[in-house]
This record gives sequence, structure tokens and C-alpha cells, in this order.
Amino acid sequence: MITVNNLTKKFGKFTAVDEISFEVPKGEIFGFLGANGAGKTTAIKMLCGLSKPTSGSANIAGYDLLSQVEQVKLNIGYMSQKFSLYDDLTISENIDFYGGLYRLKGNELKQKKEKIVQELGLNNQRNALVGFLPLGWKQKLAFSVATIHDPKILFLDEPTSGVDPITRRKFWEIIIATANQGITIFVTTHYLDEAEYCDRISIMVNGKIIALDSPANLKQQLNVSTTAEIFAQLTR
Amino acid sequence: MKQFIYFIKKEFIHIFRDTKSLIILFALPIIQIILFGFALTNEIKNVNFAVYDNSKSDTSLRLINKIDATDYFTLHKYLNNPDDIEAILQSNKVKFVLVIDEDFSRLYPHEKQGDIQLLLDASDPNIATNIRGYLQNIITTFSEEEFPLSEQLHLATTKMYYNPELKSVYLFIPGLMAFILTLISAFMTSITLTKEKELGNMEILLISPLKPYQIIIGKVIPYALLSMINIANILLLGTFVFGMPLQGSLLLLLLESILFLLNSLSLGILISSFTSSRQVAMMVALAGLLLPTMLLSGFMFPINNMPLPLQYFSKIVPATHYIIILKGIMIKGVGLQYLYKETLILALLTIFFIIISIKKFNVRLDK
Repeated sequence: MITVNNLTKKFGKFTAVDEISFEVPKGEIFGFLGANGAGKTTAIKMLCGLSKPTSGSANIAGYDLLSQVEQVKLNIGYMSQKFSLYDDLTISENIDFYGGLYRLKGNELKQKKEKIVQELGLNNQRNALVGFLPLGWKQKLAFSVATIHDPKILFLDEPTSGVDPITRRKFWEIIIATANQGITIFVTTHYLDEAEYCDRISIMVNGKIIALDSPANLKQQLNVSTTAEIFAQLTR
Repeated sequence: MKQFIYFIKKEFIHIFRDTKSLIILFALPIIQIILFGFALTNEIKNVNFAVYDNSKSDTSLRLINKIDATDYFTLHKYLNNPDDIEAILQSNKVKFVLVIDEDFSRLYPHEKQGDIQLLLDASDPNIATNIRGYLQNIITTFSEEEFPLSEQLHLATTKMYYNPELKSVYLFIPGLMAFILTLISAFMTSITLTKEKELGNMEILLISPLKPYQIIIGKVIPYALLSMINIANILLLGTFVFGMPLQGSLLLLLLESILFLLNSLSLGILISSFTSSRQVAMMVALAGLLLPTMLLSGFMFPINNMPLPLQYFSKIVPATHYIIILKGIMIKGVGLQYLYKETLILALLTIFFIIISIKKFNVRLDK
């Protein structure tokens, strides 16, 4: 689903992302870890078509990242730590807006909207401003909206930062359920315990991927018991 | 295309749901017109004056009546004692006192000086200068009528071209149009674009299938439309309520306004491209755009009176050229052949700002 070959990004003399290569199969939850400044954000920006790679190539959801950016964009979803919803728009208007951005047709959009408000139990609040929703609901709604166009891949950039542990746990349940539907999840996080939920994790240091395997295998290789320790060992 | 319409619709919801932006967009322009039109004016209207008439003659009475009969001046009081003159000026009840000589009527045709003394309260120099000018005109006309055969040398009379009544509306309507277009198109646009960045929504929009230029045009179109509505408002109020003339072509006026609108929008986009919070964008737009538009464009103060460096600076303030164009079309009724220079400068400035903002925007995207 994601194939990356020697992807590199340089800003002048500084190499932010240094020839990274990896593959992510369909339906996998792929954890993209690294300290601040390791090049995670630059890498995600390139994979989403926001930033042009200096060299290297990538295939996202079956489309070439360099020549078919528009197709890539139509087939990916994105959600970041900052909620993407507009506080001064109602729930219904927010759904309409994002559905419209991803070119959903009138009927399709209506059905999707019904599905989202029913699933989240927001039927009676659909005309309430999003700004008045509690944080947890907002986050769930933001997630639903990010997947409104049934993307093949969902990029989550630190989706759970600033959220309480219970909400985080529930949120991961949704992520896992989404992955089980066959959507590939590409997630960055700085909560190392969350890495346990990932099928595989990669750890990035100074623009390079220095480890890539399942959490269990990595723990075994390094002879440690938690993902936090993996991280501590590798980034020391 | 359809996604684009959703985008513009969203922008309008933002605008109409925010009371503050509604006030800036609709109430502020009208309040400003009314303020400038009725209150903040240098015009002379019903200025009170007092007379200390020593001659007490028919001639002096006729002169006083003539002055009193104009819209500009109102006789407040006859003084009987020269000691009262300073007291009444100090009390602020009158702006000036006319002192008429004892032998005013008898000697007037032959004497050339000292017949009437004007004592002016010059604590507001602009108004004082205006009062003197108006009085001079009245008195000259009066002496022509009263003593047609006199050999007295008349002052060369002044003829005011284009704005014979020296109405300030002629100045403030063009100035306000420039100011309001800058306020809405540049100020509001820079804030709304920065807001998307500040709240993190810009990323989401850029990742969506919308192209970057569509995002910017989509954000900008609602403000462009609202600016046009405001231009129409100002023109209607200006011409019908305040009697602003429109001698030249309305079409040319609208085309030039669209050019200035594009200029302001590109400035707004430019500001948003190097600021990332609304506060900063607001301060930059205020100091960099609104203040120069008010103070250095010839709207409030004549450019010729400025120190030389500021005069040069005023040349790169787009509003300077727009105001010259507006005055040319509305008051003098001239066409493009007299305004091509200003139009060209405005167009070049616009292209320059658009190129810089595109460059800036692309650089930012790449980070």
C-alpha cells in the first residue's frame, strides 16, 4: 500500500530525511516513531504530497507520489493533533464541508453524514456548533470526518497528544477497528506505550530509519521489556 | 469546481457567524461615512462671530447682515466695549470678532486700510485660515457692490476650480473608498488566511485535493464580493446624501476599483504568507497598510506638505494613486488618458505583490 524508495529531503545543506525506504502492506498499523527533529514531520509531509522530495520515489495507494499527486490526495486521509474541525461551524456543516472537499456527491454525502451522526450518537446535536463539543467527541468526529471519503491510507500525526488516557485508549480502539476494515494506518506518536498497538514500528534518528520491526521482535532483539526501553536504547 | 463552492460557502458561514467581522464589514464603513460626512470636517458652517461696530452706519449694518446671511457665519452678539473682545474670544462663544472703524462708511471709498479689523481665534489654524478666506471673499464682493465706481484696488479674486464650495466630502469619499477597500480586502483577508494556519486547518486543506491557488482564491472571493458591496454603498451614500459628483465614467471608476481591490487582496495574502498568528497579522496590516492609507496617501494630510522622505514613501502606498484616480474621475471627470500613469503604477504594484506572495507561499509549502 505504501512503498518508499530512498526518499530524501534536503533543505540547503541540511538533510532532514536521508534515503528512507520501507513498505507498508494493506491494513497494517504502522507506527512512525522518532524524537522531535528526527525528520518525522518532513517525511509525512512528503508522503501526503505536501512537500516535494529532493530525490527518491514513493508509491502511495497505487499511485506514484511524484506524477500522480492528485490521485494520491484523493486516496489518503489525514488527521493531526490540532483538530481539523471548525469550531464556528455546526457538526452537520463540518461534515458537508469535508465531504465536499473530497468530491462526495450529494446523495453519498447525505448517507455518510447519517452514518457518522448515528454512530457517534450525535443525532440530536447535528446543528450544534462543534466548539461546544467535549474534546473526546470532537476527536471522534474529526476521525470520522478524516475518513469520510473512504481513504485507502490514513495518516495520523500525533492524533492523541493532549488527550486523557481513557480517551486515548478508546481512540486506539477506533483506530484498530478501522485497520481491521482494511484501511492502512500510518501513525506518529510520542506516547511510547501506544507503540504497542502498532503491527510494526519504525524508529527514526537524524533523518534515517534505524530500526523497523514488530514491537515484540524489537524487544527481543534488544532484550528489553517495554517499547519505551527500545526507544531509549536506540536513540541514546 | 463543486468542492470550490463548498469552500466559499464555508467562508461565508465564518463571516456571517462572527459578529465582530460583520461589524467591520458592514457597520464600520457606514459609520465612517457618517462620521466624516457630518462630524469630522474642516468645513466652515454656522461659525459664531461678534461685532464691535464703532460706525453704527447703514453701510456697516449691511455688511454685517450680509455676513450673517451666509451659511458660514452667524452673528452671536454686538459688543459695546472693546474690553469685551478678548473676553468673548476666550469664552469660546465666538471664533472671531469684527471691529469696524468709526469712520467706516464715510471714508471707505477712499481709504484702503484699517477699516475693518478681524480678530481671529487661531487655536485651530486650519479653521482660522478658512474663515479668513471666506470673509475676504464676502468683503471683496461687498465693496464691489457698494462702491462700484470707487478707484479702490480690488484684490484679485480667487476662483476655485472643481470644488468651488471647498467641500470636504470631495476629499473624504475617495479617501474612505481606499481605506475601506484596504480594510476589508487586505486586513480581513490576511486575518482569515492566518486563522486557518493558526488553527492547523491549513495543513488539512493543503492535503485535500484542493489546489493551493484554489484555497487562496476561495478564501479571498467572499471578501472581494463584500468589498464591492461596500464600494457601492459608499458611492451611493456619497453621491445621494453628501452630494459627491461623479463627472467621469462609472465603468472606469469600477474597473480602477477592481484593480485596487486586487492590489489589496494580494497585500493581504502577502501578509498572511509570512505571519502565523492572527495577532501578528493584525499588527502588520494595521501598521503597514491601514496607517499609511490613512496618513500618507493624501487622504488626511496633503502629500506636498510632508517631509521629502515621506513624500517618496507615499508613492509606494497604493492608496495614493487610487485616490488620485478617484478624484480625477469623480471630480474632474477625466478619462484614462490623464490617469494612465497612476493606473500603470497601481497595476505594477499589484503584479509585484502577487509575484512575491506566490513565491513566499511556495517556499512555505516546502518547509
